[in-house]
Amino acid sequence: MSEATPLSSLAAGARDTVPMMVGAVPLAIIFGALVAAGPMAIWHGQLMSAAVFAGSSQLIALGLVAGHAGLLVIWLTTFIVNLRHMLYAANLLPHVAHLPARWRWLLAVLLTDETFAVMTGFYYRHPQAPLGHWYFLGSAGGMYLNWNCWTLIGLLFAAAFPGIQSLGLDFAMAATFIAIVVPLLVNLPRLAAALVAGALAFLWRGLPYNLGLLAATLAGIVVGMALARHRARGGAAQEDAT
Amino acid sequence: MNYVLMIAGMAAVTIATRATIFVLGDRVVFPPLLRQALDFVPVTVLSAIVVPLVVAPHGAGLEITWRNPQLVAAIVAVVLCALTRHQLLTIVGAMLAFFGWQFGVLS
Repeated sequence: MSEATPLSSLAAGARDTVPMMVGAVPLAIIFGALVAAGPMAIWHGQLMSAAVFAGSSQLIALGLVAGHAGLLVIWLTTFIVNLRHMLYAANLLPHVAHLPARWRWLLAVLLTDETFAVMTGFYYRHPQAPLGHWYFLGSAGGMYLNWNCWTLIGLLFAAAFPGIQSLGLDFAMAATFIAIVVPLLVNLPRLAAALVAGALAFLWRGLPYNLGLLAATLAGIVVGMALARHRARGGAAQEDAT
Repeated sequence: MNYVLMIAGMAAVTIATRATIFVLGDRVVFPPLLRQALDFVPVTVLSAIVVPLVVAPHGAGLEITWRNPQLVAAIVAVVLCALTRHQLLTIVGAMLAFFGWQFGVLS
């Protein structure tokens, strides 16, 4: 990066994000296919990828629509699921605080898990990069185009095979979520939180507006945090004893 | 349901979570308790969606039986993912188990 220009930084950001783009392809296709097989119109799916641009909350919204959830539950769930972006933004803030407001808005709107991971690595290697915001835009913009293109392919694919719905395509969503959750269950508090949330979501599935989902999520979080604190205290007590 | 309104609200909420810190700067502080709670969000939300879909796929009562292809394939997915930690392999394997069970074993 001896002769970095805005364009070369933009390209480098996009290039370094390619592995993340590949990883997002199956999710984007599954999302597009599920929209086409469900009650929403094809263009709703593209609009959601263009305007919301948040894979997990888009898939979760489809699950909630299928469960006849109310608007408020869908919006609240989106909020809870996307709260993690605030943590990402807080971590990246020192590197963007000097930029003009329109740059900060642009980069914030395009911020995803993947770009956060790429930018964390970039700022670690180049803490003083003057063109870091172009690199950021390359990574985030690349993810955006990638997500929207593969959404469209999923939408068109499922629209071309209308019988696909009767095959039980909604199970693809369950399989996708399982594949996301299982690798995260690395300790007892997270496992307990997941089991409590799952069991209560089933028991409370009759609550109006699908509120049982939110209540079960909160209960799972409380159990997980209680166990994590109990563990931390237990570990400290053991250290004191030795 | 008005899907455009739903999408507009989701977009507004998502942009708020992404842009608040970048736009307002250091004026936002994070209590450590919230930070810890966020760590549990992915596993709880996704489990809360998946479990009812799998154990009661028709929205009625429990279907804990080998005749429930969603349940059989979900168990396959959990085992595959725990053993391989590979996302795409888990999804493909679970879909094969689902279709195989539905059309091969049950029909």
